[in-house]
Amino acid sequence: MDLALAPETLARWQFGITTVYHFLFVPLTISLAALTAGLETAWVRTGNEKYLRATKFWGKLFLINIAMGVVTGIVQEFQFGMNWSDYSRFVGDVFGAPLAFEALIAFFFESTFIGLWIFGWDKLPKKIHLACMWMVSIGTILSAYFILAANSWMQHPVGYRINEQRGRAELTDFWLVLTQNTALAQAFHTLSAAFLTGGAFMVGIAAFHLARKKHILVMKTSLRLGLVTVVIGGMFTAISGDVLGKIMYEQQPMKMAAAEALWDGEAPAPFSVFAYGDVDKGHNKVAIEIPGLLSFLAKDDFSSYVPGINDVNKAEQERYGPGDYRPNIPVAYWGFRWMIGFGMTSLTIGLVGLWLTRKKFLLPQHLRVGDDEVPYLVLLPRKALGPTLTKWYWRIAFLTLGFPLIANSWGWIFTEMGRQPWVVYGVLQTRDAVSPGVSQGEVLTSMIVFTTLYAILAVIEVKLLAKYIKAGPPELTEADLNPPTKIGGDSRDADKPMAFSY
Amino acid sequence: MELHDVWFVLIAVLWIGYFFLEGFDFGIGVLTRLLARDRAEKRVLINTIGPVWDGNEVWLLSAGGATFAAFPDWYATLFSGFYLPLLLILVCLIVRGVAFEYRAKRPEESWQRNWESAIFWSSLIPAFLWGVAFGNIVRGVKIDRDMEYVGNLWDLLNPYAILGGLVTLTLFTFHGAVFAALKTLGDIRERARQLALRLGVVTAVLALVFLGWTQADKGDSTSLAAMIVAVVALVAAIGANQAGREGWAFALSGITIVAAVAMLFLTLFPNVMPSSLNDEWSLTVTSASSSPYTLKIMTWCAVIATPVVVIYQAWTYWVFRKRIGTQHIAEAVH
Repeated sequence: MDLALAPETLARWQFGITTVYHFLFVPLTISLAALTAGLETAWVRTGNEKYLRATKFWGKLFLINIAMGVVTGIVQEFQFGMNWSDYSRFVGDVFGAPLAFEALIAFFFESTFIGLWIFGWDKLPKKIHLACMWMVSIGTILSAYFILAANSWMQHPVGYRINEQRGRAELTDFWLVLTQNTALAQAFHTLSAAFLTGGAFMVGIAAFHLARKKHILVMKTSLRLGLVTVVIGGMFTAISGDVLGKIMYEQQPMKMAAAEALWDGEAPAPFSVFAYGDVDKGHNKVAIEIPGLLSFLAKDDFSSYVPGINDVNKAEQERYGPGDYRPNIPVAYWGFRWMIGFGMTSLTIGLVGLWLTRKKFLLPQHLRVGDDEVPYLVLLPRKALGPTLTKWYWRIAFLTLGFPLIANSWGWIFTEMGRQPWVVYGVLQTRDAVSPGVSQGEVLTSMIVFTTLYAILAVIEVKLLAKYIKAGPPELTEADLNPPTKIGGDSRDADKPMAFSY
Repeated sequence: MELHDVWFVLIAVLWIGYFFLEGFDFGIGVLTRLLARDRAEKRVLINTIGPVWDGNEVWLLSAGGATFAAFPDWYATLFSGFYLPLLLILVCLIVRGVAFEYRAKRPEESWQRNWESAIFWSSLIPAFLWGVAFGNIVRGVKIDRDMEYVGNLWDLLNPYAILGGLVTLTLFTFHGAVFAALKTLGDIRERARQLALRLGVVTAVLALVFLGWTQADKGDSTSLAAMIVAVVALVAAIGANQAGREGWAFALSGITIVAAVAMLFLTLFPNVMPSSLNDEWSLTVTSASSSPYTLKIMTWCAVIATPVVVIYQAWTYWVFRKRIGTQHIAEAVH
């Protein structure tokens, strides 16, 4: 059979496509839920209308986004059984539990309270309406945690034993699966990156409007919230990335050696800035390196030995038998760099933005503006940026909304492809995980169907987002400002149109 | 009763919850074409399930996730074996979710009309296919000694399974019509009741044949009892609908679904996926289940989480208890 169309290859492509696509929506859902809840909290506490307008605006974008996140998530739940039935049989005893927990605890939470929030504007007193959004936010975070614990088990299986008789892995310590350091670090890293993503989304859209001097009041607040979120999220992403990296050096040395294109172990080991290599011969042809930095990233000092690809490959051959235990090196190497590069670019743009738009008391009198004016971008202590540079900052800030999405995608591609040829590290290889009974034609059919459908929906979604982004925050109505006092709505409103209807 | 038996019951409960709840919102989707006369009425129907359909659908995700955890082999055989029908269901559920959320987000006629078609077809197709799937599970399919499905797509489209599909389709549509009568105001409410009568009669005939066939093939005294409950509840639902007792009619059509699905699970036990090739190769509650440790943890989770879910979902229905009429649908596009 042609290797390119081997069932394993097709199934991997399909999983890659559906998962990366799903994960475009997930981080935005996680962060926008919390940010929208935060804005609504500000409205409930202060009664300042700009917060309600911001809540409605970001809430709408959140809803357009979560719709896609939810429906693509259904595929995630079932494709293990469809394309990876041998995987499901082998690991279901361990891997199934966090998935079931996710559905029973998190999905119900999210989906029920999102319905209450969407339709509840004229049915719930405002504090209860607000509580619903926080419930959604808690649901999204719980959901992320369970699925990341499941994924962490594939990266670093713990709390299980192999039952030879049944030919499968069986759970022995669920608590360990949920709390092992891989799971904690992955959750920390993924959630911070989610907030970096949502913050950048806010910054980008706020910049779009502020550059055009539109919707200034709401967009200034949003810009500020977005920038702070980018900076905090970005910093935590970097810190957690470092923590996760060190854990990976312990648990999956091959992945990290591949990430650095470090063919042979070195002490001290350098960090690679650029490399171009020959996979067959196992060395780099071109390499630009920073001495000692990799040792620091892996072990916290500048001199430690870090094993290389060839060393780990040999060690795994001795342990697991003959075979090639190297992942796709260029993908791991460049995936790692795109992840860090795009993520940290966003953080930098956020840091610069936070300084440029700093609070009034840090500015000289002549650069302070009113609440309804676009702020000056003030780089030097007393001098604002000129019109060209100002325009460029807004442009770059707008573009930054896409950067974390790219970084997230590459992060997953890196961590999943860097684990190959294993699907569960050291326990089960990917080639042994596919569905033996599913034909090439079936996998190909579903891959074409999902890819086409997802492409169409992507166009629809982006256009819809663009429409509502351009429209800006809505004007408030009487009903918005007078939420009901009783659950189920006030009787005086019995014949009024619903505040929201499909 | 051992833990894997408990889990057989819990999986049945999750599927019953799914068919009870998503049953009427599939039905509402189908009725947007059968019952609604114009766009305003379509929107009335869609908005009766607006706040709740998403939560209803999670019962499916829970059934799937719980099957994965409690019966990994069942999950693996079912979803890899019923590959193409499941693919079609997934596509429908994707399109359907997006259709509800996006339909009113643009004013263009073609945009709204396309999403309305999407809602109709993506409700009708899964409502039919779930019956086909369960018909095949109960009837038994070609499963080899390695628990792999070795039949093809056409094996799944046998008369018994297709009849099962027609039963779920008509039963869900009936359930939806009864729900519409309960949740709407004005002219559409009256017509929902009239349509429910006709749908109820068709459903009753199809269900009687399908359940009778099931009983004759696989039944015992407990399944017979469940079948009688299902049929009596269905007839009583039609009667309550005629008498204008909409709440009772809905409860009874719900009981019909509960009893009918329970009957299928009763005929299945202790198998979870019988093999039509060799009885020895059937997946059973013991051969397909997880380890006792996993089942124990899952039991704790389900026993605590499920009642809580039922409470807050029930609260949602209470919050949105008011009937909806065309006067409640705003003209403006959101």
